[in-house]
Amino acid sequence: MTNFKKGISRRRLIKTGLAGVLATGVSPYIFSRSAFAQEFCNAPTGDTVTLGFNVPLTGAYADEGADELRAFELAVEHLNGEGDGGMIPHFSSDALTGNGILGKRVAYVTGDTQTQSDAARDSARRMIERDGALMISGGSSSGVAIAVQGLCQEMGVIFMAALTHSNDTTGKDRRRYGFRHFFNAYQSGIGLGPQLGDAYGTDRRAYHLTADYTWGWTQEESMIAATEALGWETAETVRTPVGAGDFSQYITPVLNSGADVLILNHYGFDGVNSLTQAVQFGLKDRQANGKNFQIVLPLVSDLMAAGAGNAMQGVFGTSNWYWSQQDEGSKAFTNSFGAKYGRPPSQAAHTSYVQTLLYADAAERAGTFYPPEVIRALEDYEFDGLGNGPTLYRGADHQCFKDVFVVQGKENPSNEFDLLEVVSTASRDNVTYAPDFFEGELGPYDPAMC
Amino acid sequence: MNVLRLPRQDVILFAVFAIVVLTMPIWLTPFGAAYPGLMQKFAIFAIFAVGFNILFGLTGYLSFGHAAFLGVGSYTAVWSFKLFTMDAIPALIFAVLMSGVFALGIGFVSLRRSGIYFAILTLAFAQMSYNLAYSVLTPITNGETALQLTNNDPRVIDMMFMERTAGLPSPSIFGQPLGGIGGFYLCAVLLLVAFFIAQKVFASPFGMMLRAIKSNQTRMSYTGFNTRPYALTAFVISGMYAGLAGGLLAVTDPLAGAERMEWTASGEVVLMTILGGVGTLVGPVIGAWLIKYLENIFSAFNEGMLHATFSWLPDGVEDIVVAVTSKFVGEGWHLTLGLVFVLIVVFLPGGIMEGVRRIRSAVANRRDNRRTRFSTSAAE
Amino acid sequence: MEAIFAQLLNGLDKGGAYALIALGLTLVFGTLGVVNFAHGALFMLGAFCAVAFRELITYEIVTTDPEQLSPWGSPLEIRTPIAQQYLGDWGAVIIDYSVPLSILLAIPVMLIIGIVMERGLIKHFYNRPHAEQILVTFGLAIVLQELVKTFFGPNPIPQPMPSTFRGAADVGSWLGLTPGAVTYPWWRLVYFLFSIGILSAVFAFLRFTTFGMVVRAGMADRETVRLLGIDIDRRFTLMFGLAAVVAGLAGVMYTPLLPPNYHLGMEFLVLSFVVVVVGGMGSLPGAVAAGFLLGILQSFASMTAIKNLIPGIDQIIIYLLAVVILLVRPRGLMGRRGVMES
Repeated sequence: MTNFKKGISRRRLIKTGLAGVLATGVSPYIFSRSAFAQEFCNAPTGDTVTLGFNVPLTGAYADEGADELRAFELAVEHLNGEGDGGMIPHFSSDALTGNGILGKRVAYVTGDTQTQSDAARDSARRMIERDGALMISGGSSSGVAIAVQGLCQEMGVIFMAALTHSNDTTGKDRRRYGFRHFFNAYQSGIGLGPQLGDAYGTDRRAYHLTADYTWGWTQEESMIAATEALGWETAETVRTPVGAGDFSQYITPVLNSGADVLILNHYGFDGVNSLTQAVQFGLKDRQANGKNFQIVLPLVSDLMAAGAGNAMQGVFGTSNWYWSQQDEGSKAFTNSFGAKYGRPPSQAAHTSYVQTLLYADAAERAGTFYPPEVIRALEDYEFDGLGNGPTLYRGADHQCFKDVFVVQGKENPSNEFDLLEVVSTASRDNVTYAPDFFEGELGPYDPAMC
Repeated sequence: MNVLRLPRQDVILFAVFAIVVLTMPIWLTPFGAAYPGLMQKFAIFAIFAVGFNILFGLTGYLSFGHAAFLGVGSYTAVWSFKLFTMDAIPALIFAVLMSGVFALGIGFVSLRRSGIYFAILTLAFAQMSYNLAYSVLTPITNGETALQLTNNDPRVIDMMFMERTAGLPSPSIFGQPLGGIGGFYLCAVLLLVAFFIAQKVFASPFGMMLRAIKSNQTRMSYTGFNTRPYALTAFVISGMYAGLAGGLLAVTDPLAGAERMEWTASGEVVLMTILGGVGTLVGPVIGAWLIKYLENIFSAFNEGMLHATFSWLPDGVEDIVVAVTSKFVGEGWHLTLGLVFVLIVVFLPGGIMEGVRRIRSAVANRRDNRRTRFSTSAAE
Repeated sequence: MEAIFAQLLNGLDKGGAYALIALGLTLVFGTLGVVNFAHGALFMLGAFCAVAFRELITYEIVTTDPEQLSPWGSPLEIRTPIAQQYLGDWGAVIIDYSVPLSILLAIPVMLIIGIVMERGLIKHFYNRPHAEQILVTFGLAIVLQELVKTFFGPNPIPQPMPSTFRGAADVGSWLGLTPGAVTYPWWRLVYFLFSIGILSAVFAFLRFTTFGMVVRAGMADRETVRLLGIDIDRRFTLMFGLAAVVAGLAGVMYTPLLPPNYHLGMEFLVLSFVVVVVGGMGSLPGAVAAGFLLGILQSFASMTAIKNLIPGIDQIIIYLLAVVILLVRPRGLMGRRGVMES
């Protein structure tokens, strides 16, 4: 194994830095922690395999993070053969048997990303270096997901992104070691566009408030493309800092801007705050250009709908998944999640659960934890039974392609969980785009050594 | 080599310090802290705190905006990676210089006032930097997304020597990769250099001058002395230390986020310095290590581990003890930090170093007493 | 024109909050000479009085309804708030008005917290350097916010405003502008009037009561007042309690505008210090004027036209103003000469 390791190091050595200027060839191998032990980063040696779940427990997306963590715990339970197995019996692959992964019991460690890239990378590093995590999952902010994905590529650890909706995650910042099951802003635009056209007509002026980071930027871009294709005009786009809390100073200018639709490219608590404050300013009861003023929240979850309460009624958005789906996999998942936690799972919980299962399944099918093999098992993998119908994990950009749901806030919820209604579905063919639509490069398969 | 000469006591201190720092991977193992990510942080934040102490400890000027320089250092280093080369040396040099320039500007303005007004001025500047980095400066800082390397970076110097390869490059020094433990040794060596320079400053006439500013600025100015250039020099030096720390953060992990500049991050270095012992050489280092260690290790404690720790107690008692202690570890470790900090400020304003001194003198007294008693009884 | 008016209005509620916090901060500084970095935490504690009050009266009694099924197939749980259970419609009204009603809880709680804080910790720091005062109160602020985090969790907890005050007032049409041109949420209007009310009450208290007179005299010359044989310390302790109550009430009423989380105090602390500095350390009218001034300026700076002129100005206007004031006129708008200038 030593030779193998040396080969890698030397290749990296030549690649990097002021090559050869002072390179003497006496690289400090002895300092490398695991130089003789293993062939790839954190290769499991005992009878357990450790996964790292890196979610926001504080910050603007903390609600989503808490729900992701619940789903991760449930997934680990099901992988270890405890509980009712959830989605596993309905999954199109039969590789998972409730016997852990490759016969090793699944253990996990968790970390708080604080919804900040810096803290997230710190916490991911800690899980990889200290706790020996073999796979990292989590996210809840595209900035975080992209930052952690980059780190995982450097470290040679697979990153199964959970909630991240920016086009960049599998677009310009795609990585060989990063995979995303969640849909993206471009697909939201394709799904939401026709619905907005039907409901609000083709002669509208839209005002965008946008979270100022990669997700907000790409969603704004995709929503402008989708609405302008309908014939709408874009009145103004304004960037707001993440976690702003009080959005009143951004909402006041909307009143006299001549716009008649407000598109809120906000998520989590930001989405809840900006939506409720927009409603407080009377935007929903307002007339502009002779039409009723409308608010659109392009990416919405039931957690946000619960937070926003009445303000959410009638507002359109898109979701990766909603618990009212009637396929067997979704029903099984909702049942086991509800029985354990007393609440239905959110889309964040769903994607986290599915990603964990998909990783475990890929390792089983590859017959090894060796990352390049696991990656190859995931690439261009076609599966079904995990809630969104037949799904493809495209190898060219590591993005999943599946149906996208357009949802609307319910006017008269029948109970405290019944908040959204799926009003239409954009089919997988519809939301599929060419792999080079966004330019990016996946990078090498070779495993780095942590 | 007069520049390198130190008083004998300082030489011993430096030697001991060097041994302690360089053997970290060994003696930290039993504490579960000997992994590269944490040890790098130990070294980096020690540099930050030592630098902060040169300003606060010597001159008494309390800056609540030092994290801004840390952030500037990080951004500069990442830009150096992106534009020129992945080598760490130019990145660190640029980081130190750039934060020095920032410190010169901010210090020049802020030092026109003292006391709380100085603190608020530095706070205002740091918050301005943070807010701008987060909003309109996005083209330079990449805002919330954080500044990161990409495949298409120019890296002009690197490109003269080699082909562009697939995948992101990582920082290196003279062609040696800096991942993991290698990165730690770079930080450790720089910490030793930084510590040595701080020792020189403390021992120099310039250091005396700074202490004089702290003890009585009015008297200093009555003697016809313009103290501001001295204070400004100290401010710039400590800004450059922060820049070095920020640059090292970027070297060990090539990413720079605006959160590093937030005023609570500035508060953290204040905590480190006070906790360890303000105005002493070793104190800030100890403070930095303690806080970073607790942050990483203490915060990982969960209820399961507590139950295991207290399992020897009777059942009911165990639950209560676990319920109470769990408020202070894990998620709640900041509470412990705050409490300890308040206690230190109230009872031990000199920090841990003063505690050590007091214990030592108490022991010495006792020994003296005993010796006196012994000698008197012998004399009888 | 309408846009300018709308932004002016929008600055009022935030200005009111700044003014209330800065008033307490300046009161403490003027009377006790203490720089209190924990003052933002008092604002946050006030906000959590509202949260706690609501949690108390909405403590839920859970019954299950076998007729209805939850999404995962078990009987649906019906939750009835305890106030509604026992008080019926009155209970619903109390819950609806939980935010203004929690003032009743906040006043005694904040008074006690303030007095305990002063007697227990702050009083030991009267004669220590300002740097140490900053440090100990900064530590105290961390402790307070972490305690809140332990009990209420790290996430913001939305507090609904009474349903009567939802929606927006058509302020424009009151003034003869086009209907709908300038609207302003009712609760923000309430907040503004509330802050004016509290400010007037505090000023009247200081102006027209003997207690207030002594305190003002003490602010001007502590030693002389003491020499006159007046127990100034006890009054100053009460003053600290009063400052805590003012900050707490500002926090209570602010909750419907911004869901409080444990970190709220730190966010407002920096701003309120800037307000105090701009107004002039130790000047009460200065703090109030600066509070409203900064609120309105901040609101104007976020107008699109101005942002296009100077990008990013909305993010830094407050700090920029503080720097300029400190350099040009270090005693602020209305500060006394010589305060903290050495």
